[in-house]
Amino acid sequence: MITAKNITKTFGRVKALNDISVSFTKGECIALLGPNGCGKTTLIKSILGMVVPDKGNIEFDGRPISEQWQYRSNIGYMPQIGRYPENMTIANVIDMMKDIRKDTTVHLDEELIVSFGLQELMDKKMHTLSGGTRQKVSACLAFLFSPDVLILDEPTAGLDPVSSEQLKKKIVLEKEKGKLILITSHVLSELDELITEVFYMQDGRLLFHKKLLELIQDTGEERLVKAIAKIMTA
Amino acid sequence: MKRILYTFLIGCFATVSVDAKVIKVGKSRNVKSVQKAIDLSQNGDTIIVDPGIYKEKNIIIQKSVTLKGINYPVLDGENKHAIISIKASNATVEGFKLQHTGRSEIRDLGAIMIYDSYKITALNNILEDSNFGIYVQNSKRCTIKDNSITAYGKDEVQSGNGIHCWRSDSLVIIGNKIKGHRDGLYFEFVKNSLIWRNVSTRNVRYGIHFMFSNRNTYVSNVFEHNEAGVAVMYSKNIHMYNNHFLNNWGDAAYGILLKDITDSDISGNHFTKNTVGLHMEGCSRIKLYKNIFSSNGWAVKIQASCDNNDFTRNNFIGNTFDIGTNGSLVLNKFTGNYWDKYEGYDLSKDNTGDVSYHPVSMYSMIIDSNPAALMLFRSLIVSLLDKTEKILPGVTPENLKDNKPVMRQIPL
Amino acid sequence: MKKILKYVIVDIVQNKIVLIYTFLLLLIALSVFNLESNSAKGLLSLLNIILILVPLISIIFSTIYIYNSSEFIELLVSQPVKRKSIWLSLFGGLASSLSLAFFIGAGIPILLYHADATGITMILTGLFLTVVFVSIAMLAAGITRDKAKGIGLSILLWLYFSLIFDALVLFFLFQFQDYPLERAMVFFSFLNPIDLGRIQILLQMDISALMGYTGAIFREFFGNYIGVSLSFLGLLIWIVVPLMWSLKKFSKKDL
Repeated sequence: MITAKNITKTFGRVKALNDISVSFTKGECIALLGPNGCGKTTLIKSILGMVVPDKGNIEFDGRPISEQWQYRSNIGYMPQIGRYPENMTIANVIDMMKDIRKDTTVHLDEELIVSFGLQELMDKKMHTLSGGTRQKVSACLAFLFSPDVLILDEPTAGLDPVSSEQLKKKIVLEKEKGKLILITSHVLSELDELITEVFYMQDGRLLFHKKLLELIQDTGEERLVKAIAKIMTA
Repeated sequence: MKRILYTFLIGCFATVSVDAKVIKVGKSRNVKSVQKAIDLSQNGDTIIVDPGIYKEKNIIIQKSVTLKGINYPVLDGENKHAIISIKASNATVEGFKLQHTGRSEIRDLGAIMIYDSYKITALNNILEDSNFGIYVQNSKRCTIKDNSITAYGKDEVQSGNGIHCWRSDSLVIIGNKIKGHRDGLYFEFVKNSLIWRNVSTRNVRYGIHFMFSNRNTYVSNVFEHNEAGVAVMYSKNIHMYNNHFLNNWGDAAYGILLKDITDSDISGNHFTKNTVGLHMEGCSRIKLYKNIFSSNGWAVKIQASCDNNDFTRNNFIGNTFDIGTNGSLVLNKFTGNYWDKYEGYDLSKDNTGDVSYHPVSMYSMIIDSNPAALMLFRSLIVSLLDKTEKILPGVTPENLKDNKPVMRQIPL
Repeated sequence: MKKILKYVIVDIVQNKIVLIYTFLLLLIALSVFNLESNSAKGLLSLLNIILILVPLISIIFSTIYIYNSSEFIELLVSQPVKRKSIWLSLFGGLASSLSLAFFIGAGIPILLYHADATGITMILTGLFLTVVFVSIAMLAAGITRDKAKGIGLSILLWLYFSLIFDALVLFFLFQFQDYPLERAMVFFSFLNPIDLGRIQILLQMDISALMGYTGAIFREFFGNYIGVSLSFLGLLIWIVVPLMWSLKKFSKKDL
């Protein structure tokens, strides 16, 4: 569904992405892993068209994304740090997004809004919200339009355990609908029950891209944390 | 046979009668040509001309007759001739339409030519497409009144003057409308004359042009849209009251250009929307008071060659520049005028500003030496320069100032 | 596009600074017209406001606003929206709301007190300058990532267009005093939008003086409708070129 070929991106002297080629297919839930600053977020932003790669091209459903924008109506994106116009309320933001994406979606998925209990906070301005609540808003917006692809950048960071659990449940639910889900996370223990593939990057390069089952077989470890640790120390 | 008899009878009547008689001219009358009527007439007679077109080459009047047109009969010069030439006293030409005079490079051809005459009146005629309109030479006490004089001159060479007066005395020129000639009104060596309520517009050169014409009075005339405005030179004892000088635009166009004019009075005139409202060169002892200068590029340009001129109680309103000058020598006085650009104060509340006003702006002097700089006028840098100069005068003549600027517009 | 524009406009209209700007203009315009002895003189005083204050406020406010909208931009860029629409909406929102502020603050008083050709030219010029400087602000904000640098650049650009450029031209005029410079002056005026606007007003206010100045070229050029339309076209180019340039920058910007 999403293929990237030889993409390279440099910021100044730093190569954030170094000749990355990858293909993500429908129905998978992929963990993007790697140390801080390895280029995960840059990769995600390249897919979203927020960062324009220096070289290489990315295709979505077989069509190149450069200069395109319609394909983004199939993507729900939850940024690492959600930044919103400060003097808008949650309701304003959600309404605005509904307004902007109205033509592209039929079904509005407001499940998360309910389970997070955001209805009571609707009139709060964005700048009064805590980091966790912002994350909740980001999550709601990502799922709101029932997109085929979900890109979640550190989704559980800053969420309380209850909400974190609710979000995971939601991710599983969506996975079962056969959607493509990309997750980056530092908390590897959370990912065990979600993911089907692992995409590991270091210093802008792809280290490996394997099915979770393969990884477990290779390393002989049941838990993702341990499997990764084993590879890294090997 | 009958006609001869008729003529004979008229002839008899004329000889026996001392009273003035009336001769009628027309296509359906016995006398069919104007010239013939004049030939038949005697001093004091009146000739009345029916409507129609009369092509009679040059009509010559040498008797004291009154020539009167009914419904403006047309006298046509066929682009070859002068139309009426007068050399008489007490003659009148009234109510004709005179058109298409000839054009000659050897002699001046005009619609009404008055030579060496006395008390001639040209009244209420319409002159169209003439070279010279009304031409007065060596004459006295003539009246030129309510004529409408239009030409279609393209350049100075081809067209003559609307009303051209040379070496004459005590003329009265009233209520004429002159358009499209070289100079609307032209006077050379004319004295003791009155020019009143004339309108001179769109002439190829000057609205009025006079030289060496002393002791004349100009009242309530309008000079508008003339290529070079109005120019008057080398004259003394000129009185100009309540005239309007309007819309004369161009690099050498002036509302009025005064050159070597002395001992004169200029009052109650309106100088409006001219490039230069009033330009003075070599002028002395002129009293300028109660004039209104509004919306001119320069209200007054006064050259350093002028002395002892007095500007009193004039209004200066909405001019780009109030006064321009070309030197630092100032021998003229400005007192008690209203300047709309004055920014001083009046603590004593006597309607007179407490600080003096310097009407010459620095930038106007810059433009004088570098005209293209006008394009930067009203920009921030220029405003700053002007403000600096106001505080620390360096370029502008320090003595050119009004010590008693009036706070409110003078009601005129 | 329309929707985003709507959000931008609503946001700007709520902004206090635009309201303050409107009232400031209104206050200046009304006091100028009421204090001066005649409305023509009031108009003259307003001219300086239009030529100095309007570009300044337009460029600084727009630059700051664009930097402050980075969240909004970031949010929208990940959505199925054209980048072009986002950028043009920001421009449209800024241009229309600042123009509206100018029209209410200065335009209406001018129409009330001095609604002749000069007044209308002044309103038009003010509106054009507003939009031109919004466009220049878009460029300044588009080429610098750093907010402080961007605002600094804006102030510098304003200073250049309102003071330094004319000072340079004046210097040039005196250096080459002996040469015919009219053609050059016409050309120079097109290099600065403030000059273009100012000359339009000069043509109304000081036409008598301008027509006297030897420049037949000038008279031919600016003295007729073609010249006037050309200079408004020049202003239009001053809107379009910086905007398109900034748009090109923005479409490749990493967020």
